Amino acid sequence: MSGRDVVLARVRRALADVPRGEGPHDPPVPRDYRRVHGSRTAEETVELLAENLADYRAVVHRCAPAGLPALIARLLAARGARTVVVPAGLDPRWLSAAEVAARPDRATDTARDLAAVDSVVTGCALAVAETGTLVLDAGPDQGRRRITLVPDHHICVVRVPDQVVGSVPEALPRLAPERPLTWISGPSATSDIELDRVEGVHGPRTLEVVLMAADGEG
Amino acid sequence: MSRSFLGMPAFPRAAAVSTRDPRLRANLAHATHTIRDKRARAVAELDDWAQLRAAGAAVKDRTLRHLDHYLEQLEESVAAAGGHVHWAADADEANRIVTRLVRETGEREVVKVKSMATQEIGLNEALAEAGIRAYETDLAELIVQLGDDLPSHILVPAIHRNRGEIRDIFRREMGKWGRPAPEGLSDSPAELAEAARLHLREKFLTAKVGISGANFMVAETGTLVVVESEGNGRMCLTLPETLISVVGIEKTVPTWQDLEVFLQLLPRSSTAERMNPYTTTWTGTTDGDGPRAFHLVLLDNGRTDTLADTVGRQALRCIRCSACLNVCPVYERAGGHAYGSPYPGPIGAILTPQLRGMAGPLEESLPYASSLCGACYEVCPVAIDIPEVLVHLRERVVEGGPVTRRGARVVLKPAKGHAAERAAMRAAAWTFDHPGVLRGGMRLAARTRRLHPRRLPGPGRAWSDTRALPTVPAESFRDWWRRTRGDAGGSETGGVK
Ligand code: SF4
Repeated sequence: MSGRDVVLARVRRALADVPRGEGPHDPPVPRDYRRVHGSRTAEETVELLAENLADYRAVVHRCAPAGLPALIARLLAARGARTVVVPAGLDPRWLSAAEVAARPDRATDTARDLAAVDSVVTGCALAVAETGTLVLDAGPDQGRRRITLVPDHHICVVRVPDQVVGSVPEALPRLAPERPLTWISGPSATSDIELDRVEGVHGPRTLEVVLMAADGEG
Repeated sequence: MSRSFLGMPAFPRAAAVSTRDPRLRANLAHATHTIRDKRARAVAELDDWAQLRAAGAAVKDRTLRHLDHYLEQLEESVAAAGGHVHWAADADEANRIVTRLVRETGEREVVKVKSMATQEIGLNEALAEAGIRAYETDLAELIVQLGDDLPSHILVPAIHRNRGEIRDIFRREMGKWGRPAPEGLSDSPAELAEAARLHLREKFLTAKVGISGANFMVAETGTLVVVESEGNGRMCLTLPETLISVVGIEKTVPTWQDLEVFLQLLPRSSTAERMNPYTTTWTGTTDGDGPRAFHLVLLDNGRTDTLADTVGRQALRCIRCSACLNVCPVYERAGGHAYGSPYPGPIGAILTPQLRGMAGPLEESLPYASSLCGACYEVCPVAIDIPEVLVHLRERVVEGGPVTRRGARVVLKPAKGHAAERAAMRAAAWTFDHPGVLRGGMRLAARTRRLHPRRLPGPGRAWSDTRALPTVPAESFRDWWRRTRGDAGGSETGGVK
């Protein structure tokens, strides 16, 4: 017998007590938990996102679309970033004011190539206010998972309020499970040494989030 | 190469050693109290915690009661997404499969995400025998591995080490494994973390094979989920060409929507955060992003035996948050190593004997490694009634009875006059010889009494029953428990705020 047959046969024997008529959708799961905690206006939801992002030590900035290139240029300059990796589908205007060598995310880049890059700039799929979480789904303006992992500095632009949801239950239906997802809540951190929190063990040590308001001209 | 848990002494002897270590006790007390208090605050933020907990328990119960259906569905959806599914009935089979898969890549080194399933099967040791080096990449696991040590906590495996010891281990051992520790390394956590970053980055950038576990597997979509903090998980899951995930069959959940429950329950219960820094989900393989080959090894290794026990099966709901460790007065004093498996604390006390089929003195002593204060049940995000299972397993030790071992029904002999009974008795006596454990248990019990009037003051009396055990009591624990609790012992949910 194959491992598969052995395990499945054992499972079936172990479950002899389950009544025959009971189907895989029984017993029912009570879903009377909240879809979202508390009621907020869209604006308040964005506020909560900003608060929770900052609480987890992401650096939060705000701008109108017109101000984005200047803001990104300023953030990169402040880090002294010279090379920046960008996803193939990122709006080129976002980096138009930055004096850096923007290099597209190429399939041929090795992880080592990425380790030599100073910063990465991406959009996101959505952000979750209650938990202060950004979700990337490898869409055209986010790129492969590795580009937001290996460089030490990540600037992530969130379009508010469109890309902001209140809660985890509101987030999942908007995400496609077949795409690889990365949920990011604050920069990488560890508390393994005497429970002292240290940021940036492997992921980017600095996470900057730009909340870009929808109003104003593009 | 890190040691394995096999050959651990029975709980009381191991506990006696660890309780004599004042530093260990101080580290543990500090850690458990800190995490415990933070967790209570994180949980209090959600006013529907009780409902989430009930839903979490129900989702897991539903999965377990139809596990064959969901495993087949999972297999199909993983394969449809380009993954390869393997089944392992026991540790040996799992190790053979993983060894073969690594060999087929031609590689001799692998990077690993922290995974209790691979510790449980002794994968690193098995790979070493086959000439393959497995590098642990979680900071705490790295400390444990470099120190040729064993993990002692689910969440913070190196909690028994302080910063000075960690610096010494890094200075002494890092060079033997790869990039040595920087000159003049101090014991500041930031510098130590930086040393780990540099040391491990070399491995990440060159590794062709990654090995992981998973926190959840979604049957409907074939999606695997890994929840972590440091980013080492993301490194191992996305940089290598081949990814091999070894996952216990009980980690299955039916639907994508079910993740909304667990992604709320797990981080708050575990690290007391609203959300852990990183969560990665993947479904088979994706062109141009992440590993080109994905293998899922579905692990039984005693899980179906646990499933066969209608009282004990609820242990398989466990999402490994470690909340029960941090409230346990026995764990706080005994430390994680005393439990003789990767699963310490209250969950270890019920899971290890079941996974291993009560096969020896350690397993038979573990159900006694508890004051039955009930605090573990109060905090458990999936409402596992750990005291109920402990009492049930004690009854098995003392009275004997049917258990399932490797899929076959066997009847355990009563432990009377047997070495196992003596081991159990010593464990009970050990708990009694440590009045602090009793006081700790009672204090917690008193604090939560308001929430669970029907459960308490049972614990104290259950305990004294335990103590009077040399002869088999006229009434079994289970009967006593049910009689004094005045109900049929169903799992209550929603007790924690
Ligand atoms: S038994 Fe419950 S509290 Fe303990 S680790 Fe498992 S899920 Fe967490």
